[in-house]
Amino acid sequence: MIRDTMRMVQLGLKSLMLHKLRSSLTTAGILFGVASVIAMLAVGEGASKEALDRFRDMGVTNILVRSVKPPDTAQSSSQSAMTAVAYGLLYLEAELIQAALPAAKVVRIREVQRPLMRGEYFKTTIVVGTEPGFLEVANMKAREGRWLSETDELRLSNVCVLGASIAQTLFPLENPMDQTVLTGTDDRYRVVGVLDYQGRAAGPAGTTYDECMFIPMSTSRRRFGEEVSTSSGGSFKRERIELNEVKVKVPGSEDVQTAARIIRDLVGEAHKAQSDVEITVPLELLKQEEASKRMFNIVLAVIASISLLVGGIGIMNVMLATVTERTREIGIRRALGAKKHHIVQQFLVEAGVLSALGGLVGVGLGLIVPRLITLWFQQLTIVQWPHVLLAFGISAAVGVVFGIYPAWRAANMDPVEALRHE
Amino acid sequence: MGQASPAEGNDPRPVIAEFVDVHRHYKMGDNVVRALNGVSVQVRKGDYLAIMGRSGSGKSTMLNLLGCLDRPTSGEYRVGGRDVSRLDDDDLSDVRGREIGFIFQSFNLIPQLTVLENLEVPLFYQGRVGPASREKAEYLASRVGLGGRLEHRPLELSGGQQQRVAIARALMNDPLFLLADEATGNLDSNTEREILDLFDSLRPDGVTIVIVTHNPKVAERADHTLWLKDGKVEQLIDNRLTAGRDSAAAGDHP
Repeated sequence: MIRDTMRMVQLGLKSLMLHKLRSSLTTAGILFGVASVIAMLAVGEGASKEALDRFRDMGVTNILVRSVKPPDTAQSSSQSAMTAVAYGLLYLEAELIQAALPAAKVVRIREVQRPLMRGEYFKTTIVVGTEPGFLEVANMKAREGRWLSETDELRLSNVCVLGASIAQTLFPLENPMDQTVLTGTDDRYRVVGVLDYQGRAAGPAGTTYDECMFIPMSTSRRRFGEEVSTSSGGSFKRERIELNEVKVKVPGSEDVQTAARIIRDLVGEAHKAQSDVEITVPLELLKQEEASKRMFNIVLAVIASISLLVGGIGIMNVMLATVTERTREIGIRRALGAKKHHIVQQFLVEAGVLSALGGLVGVGLGLIVPRLITLWFQQLTIVQWPHVLLAFGISAAVGVVFGIYPAWRAANMDPVEALRHE
Repeated sequence: MGQASPAEGNDPRPVIAEFVDVHRHYKMGDNVVRALNGVSVQVRKGDYLAIMGRSGSGKSTMLNLLGCLDRPTSGEYRVGGRDVSRLDDDDLSDVRGREIGFIFQSFNLIPQLTVLENLEVPLFYQGRVGPASREKAEYLASRVGLGGRLEHRPLELSGGQQQRVAIARALMNDPLFLLADEATGNLDSNTEREILDLFDSLRPDGVTIVIVTHNPKVAERADHTLWLKDGKVEQLIDNRLTAGRDSAAAGDHP
């Protein structure tokens, strides 16, 4: 049985070798179909994993409420240098949220841009004033020392915790613990802890939390106040922001929808006119991403089936030509005792070999292309073996399906006519 | 036309192929073409029978029926005592594969296969390819004078050599009879004689040969010649009793 199958495959290969160019062109049709399916799936999988990871890092049980600069402040800056432009979240609103969602953990965040100095090392970065609950809500960990405590908050302590990258920048050679960091001229902060490297773009204003210095909320208010002055192009601009962000963590993911609705009613409505507050619900984004991934997969499946259909039509075309060309051979084989099913088998195997070869090389190419994409475009790609098997399986099936009709035609030739064929 | 049998009287040799009042009619539009119109003939083991006739006499139809490539409209065709005239396609294929050794005018070897592989084709469809079949192929190849060429492709051989391969292939399944269709039609006269000599050399082994031809020189090498005309047997000649046989024999031995 296996012997006979081997023989059939061998015979198929021999017959295909009769027309090397034609066979390889037909194979190429399947090859590129399979390779592109695998590559597209790998790119899609990679892109969606990146997105999903990003949203997951924001915390699936979190709701992020951020102050954003309203679009019209640019024009009003020329109005008056004396009156500050006020926008964003208020302390009161954070309290309202906490009151409406007693089971949720509400963490307030203030961000101020300041130059940090430590000896000869210098870096302008964001000083985050926040509360002890931040660490849990942001899903971060202290690598060394401790995190900000309630006591720090109550005593307006001049202590700070450094993100991993800024710690490296300011203290390239020494241990930062218990050292002093200066902001501006005379504000001193004692380093009580360093955070684990996090490496994700989940921080404020285009940076990551790795780049930030963290101080107690109360200290931030005391030191920096609510007004921020910036000078740009000779003109002086003052802004008044109470809170830059409020992170809300609800107990479970099933509570997210309700909490998001409450927050939108409570805060979103009030800021709608000025559009200076942005509410982000990572879980919703996650679901959107998953939905779009499903959509992407459907589109991909359609493209894949079209390209494999085209390949299949190529195979059918070639097999029909082969059957016509080899009418005589079919007649000979029938005269020598081949039954119809033997002839069907022979041509099906041939079509199958043709497409399986294409599938095999296509898998090879499909494994290489994603690597090149990763290399050249820095796009994460993930090749999943079930996808590879699927693509190969479909290609082999395509050959057999599109080989059925030509094989059937071959088998049903009248042997007498076939033998007479020139 | 009545019964025709090459061997008269009480011949002890078994009948291996027998037509009993065989008709084969084709519909051509409104007309019915009576290609064979009541033919009865017996072939016994060891016979050497030539079938002759002008074109349109029913030669080709008879060949197709003898070769189980076609079925009679009416009448019986017995192969080895079994009526095969009503068998279905699969069973008919089996009869072709087991009982009949085809030899064609244009050799009909499969070009992409080697000589050895060509020889094994008839056995392949009966699942009998193996070391034994290889041995047999080697034996038959040397029997027809092509011992060293098992790995050659057909197109690397001369016409005469290809026909020798075809004869060896026809013998692979130990058929009841060889059925040759203008077996020397594509060969020059020297090669023709070689092939006919090869047929003669097979006869002591008990090989039965039926050859369809329009060439009298080929036909007179057979023991009997069956003349067909208008789908009927016109006459059956015993070549061994005629002068033509002697002159052919004289030609063989100058």
